Amino acid sequence: MTALLFYVQASVAAAIIGLITSWYDRKLTARIQWRVGPPFLQPFFDFLKLLGKETIVPAAASRTTFIFAPLFGLASVGVVAAILMKQAFYPGTSFVGDLIVVIYFLAMPPAATIIGGFASGNPLASTGASREMKLILAYELPFILAIITAIIKTGTIEIGQIVSFQAANGSLALSLSGALALAVGFICMQAKLGFVPFDMAEAETEIMAGTFIEYSGPLLAALKLTKFMMFTVMPCFLITLFMGGFSSGIIPGLLKYIVLVTLVVLVKNTNPRLRIDQAVRFFWGPVTGIAIAAIVLAFCGY
Amino acid sequence: MTKIIPVGPYHPLQEEPEFFQLHVDGENVTDIDITIGYNHRGIEKLSEARTFDQSAFLVERVCGICSTSHPFAFVQAVEDIGKIEVPERALYIRSIVGELERIHSHLLWLGLAGHFLGYNTIWMWAWKCRETVIDILELISGNRQNYAMFKVGGVRRDIDDNDIPHYLKLLDEVVPALNLFRGAVTDDPVIRARLVGVGVLSREEAVSYAAVGPTARASGIAIDVRKDEPYAAYDRIEWEIIVTENGDVYDKVILRVLEMLESVKIARQCLENLPGGEIDANVKEIPPGEGIGRHEAPRGEVLHYVLSDGSNMPVRHKIRAPSFQNVPTNKVAAVGETISDAAIVLAAVDPCYCCTERIAVIDTGGDRRAACGDELIRLSQEKTRRIARRMGREIK
Repeated sequence: MTALLFYVQASVAAAIIGLITSWYDRKLTARIQWRVGPPFLQPFFDFLKLLGKETIVPAAASRTTFIFAPLFGLASVGVVAAILMKQAFYPGTSFVGDLIVVIYFLAMPPAATIIGGFASGNPLASTGASREMKLILAYELPFILAIITAIIKTGTIEIGQIVSFQAANGSLALSLSGALALAVGFICMQAKLGFVPFDMAEAETEIMAGTFIEYSGPLLAALKLTKFMMFTVMPCFLITLFMGGFSSGIIPGLLKYIVLVTLVVLVKNTNPRLRIDQAVRFFWGPVTGIAIAAIVLAFCGY
Repeated sequence: MTKIIPVGPYHPLQEEPEFFQLHVDGENVTDIDITIGYNHRGIEKLSEARTFDQSAFLVERVCGICSTSHPFAFVQAVEDIGKIEVPERALYIRSIVGELERIHSHLLWLGLAGHFLGYNTIWMWAWKCRETVIDILELISGNRQNYAMFKVGGVRRDIDDNDIPHYLKLLDEVVPALNLFRGAVTDDPVIRARLVGVGVLSREEAVSYAAVGPTARASGIAIDVRKDEPYAAYDRIEWEIIVTENGDVYDKVILRVLEMLESVKIARQCLENLPGGEIDANVKEIPPGEGIGRHEAPRGEVLHYVLSDGSNMPVRHKIRAPSFQNVPTNKVAAVGETISDAAIVLAAVDPCYCCTERIAVIDTGGDRRAACGDELIRLSQEKTRRIARRMGREIK
C-alpha cells in the first residue's frame, strides 16, 4: 500500500516538475527566437484544457489499443520516476537490478506511442510510428552501451550503489570513459525525448504530428504529460548514473538538472530535423563507436 | 504496398490550399499528383470590369507576399500599349520597391524553409530580420504589405530625399543578418546533410518544364527578366544575376540568400542615385492595342497581357505567375525522394498558389457538365439530408 502511495506521489511530482520543465523549455526557446514566451502557468492551463476536451476515437482505429496505449506509457514513466525518487530521497532503499527495470520502463513510452500510432489506423500515424520504431532500434544500442560503461566502472547493477560509489570516488563524468558515456547518453536522451533533430516521428510539417495525429482530449493530455515526465526523468536518470546523483544536496542537484535541460533545449533550437535514415546511420555509426570506446576505456580503468 | 500521403488541401506545410498526393512506398515517394484550383477568384474577369487605375489596385491583391510584382507587370503592360514614357525618378522608385519586396519575400521563404526542416530558430530570426525591410517599405509607401505604389505612368508616392540616409541605414542593418544566414546555411553540417543533393532539378529538366526565377537559376540557367529585357532602373545600375549549378534544395537556399544581398546592392544604388523630377506622366488615355508587361518577381517572371479597345477598361487581361511553371517541376524533383525530403522539395520552389490559381476541370471520363449555382445548392441540400438520415434525424 505504501509502495502504491509512493508511486502516485512520485508520478504527480514528476508530472509537476515536467510541466515546469516544459515551461522552462518554451520560455528559453522563445528567448532564443526573439520572442517573449508563455507565462509560467501556461503548460498547466494547456494540460487542464486538454482534459476538458472531447476524446475522439477514429472509426478505423482499434479501440482498446488506441485508448490504453497512452495510459500504458504514462504509467511506465511513473514507475521510473518512483524508482529514481525513492533512491534520491531514501538512499539505500534500492534493490538489486533496479537499473535493468529502469532501462525497460524507459523503453515503454516510445513503445506506447508506436502502438497508439498503429492502432489509430491513420496512414500518417503509421508513418510516424514506423519512424519511431526505427529510431528506437537506432538509439537503444548506444544508450545501453553507455549504461554498461557505468556498470563496468562501478561493478553493480543497483542504482543506489552506483550513487554511493560516485559519492566515494567522484562522479563518473569526471573520468574519460564516464564523460564519453554521458555524451552518448545525452544524445540518446535527445532522441528518446523526441526533440529536434530527432523529432521525425511527429514531424509537424511532414506528417502532421505523426503518431499523435488522431489523439485528442485527455488521451492527448496523457501523451503530452508522458513526454513532459520523460523530460524530467531522463535528465535525472543521467544525473544519477553519471553525475553523482542528488546525494550532494538540493542545490547542486538542481543545478545539474538545469544544465542538462538547458543543453537539451539549446541542441533542439540550433539544429534542423534529420531524416530517419540519417538518424539511424548517426546512432549506429559515430555514437555507437563512441559508446564502444567508452566501454573499452572503462575496462582499461580510465 | 503503395499508400497515399496527402499534403493538403489544408496542411501545415503550405499556407495556402492546394493538394499534393504523395504516392509512397514505405518512406519513398514513387509518384505525385498535383491539384490546384481551391482558391480561384476570377481576378482576370474582375479586371475586365475595372478601369486601368482600379486594375492596378486589384492585381495587387493577387498575391499577398509578392504584392508589388503584379501591379509592376500590369502597369508595364498598359504602358506598352500606349508607349508611355515613364519619368526617370518613378522608374528608380519602382526598382526600389521591387527589390525591397524581393528581400522580404525571400526572407519569408527562408524562414518557412527553416520551419519545414524543424529549424524554428531560423524561422523566427529570418522573420525578425524581415521586419526591418518591411519597416522601410512602410516608411516609403505607408503600408507593410500591398504598397499601392504603382499607377499607370508612374508611382503614387514620392520618396522624400531627406529620408534617404535613414533608409540606407536600415538597409545596412539587414546586411549583417543576411551574412549570418549565409554562414548558418553554409557552415551547418546538419543543414548540408539535409539539403545537399536533395530534390535535384537538372538543367535539362528545368528547361523542359520552362522553370523560371530562382528555381531555374539554381539549375544553372541565367534567366532573369531584369537583365534579359531591362525595365525600370535595372539597366542603369550595376548588378549581377546569381546562378548556382546543382539544382538541389541547398543551391536554392544559397541562391536566395545571395540574391537578397544583390537586392540590397540594387536598392542601395537606386536610393543613392535617385534622380530628381516628376514621378508621374499623367496619362489621360490608353489607345487601342495590346501590351505585355514582364517583371522578375521574387519567384520568377510574372507576365501580364492586356488588350485595350481604347476605352478605360481592359478588354482582356491575362496573368501568368511564376509558380504556374515552377510547381510542376516537383514532379521530377520530389519523386524518388523520401517523405521528409519531399516536404522541403515541395517548398523549395517557393510556391505561391493564389497567384497561380486556375479553374480546375476534372476529367471524369464521360459525363462532362458544368454545375451552376442552383444545382450546387440542390446537391448540397441533398447531401445534408442524406447525412441527417444516416444520423437518424429529419430535416424539413
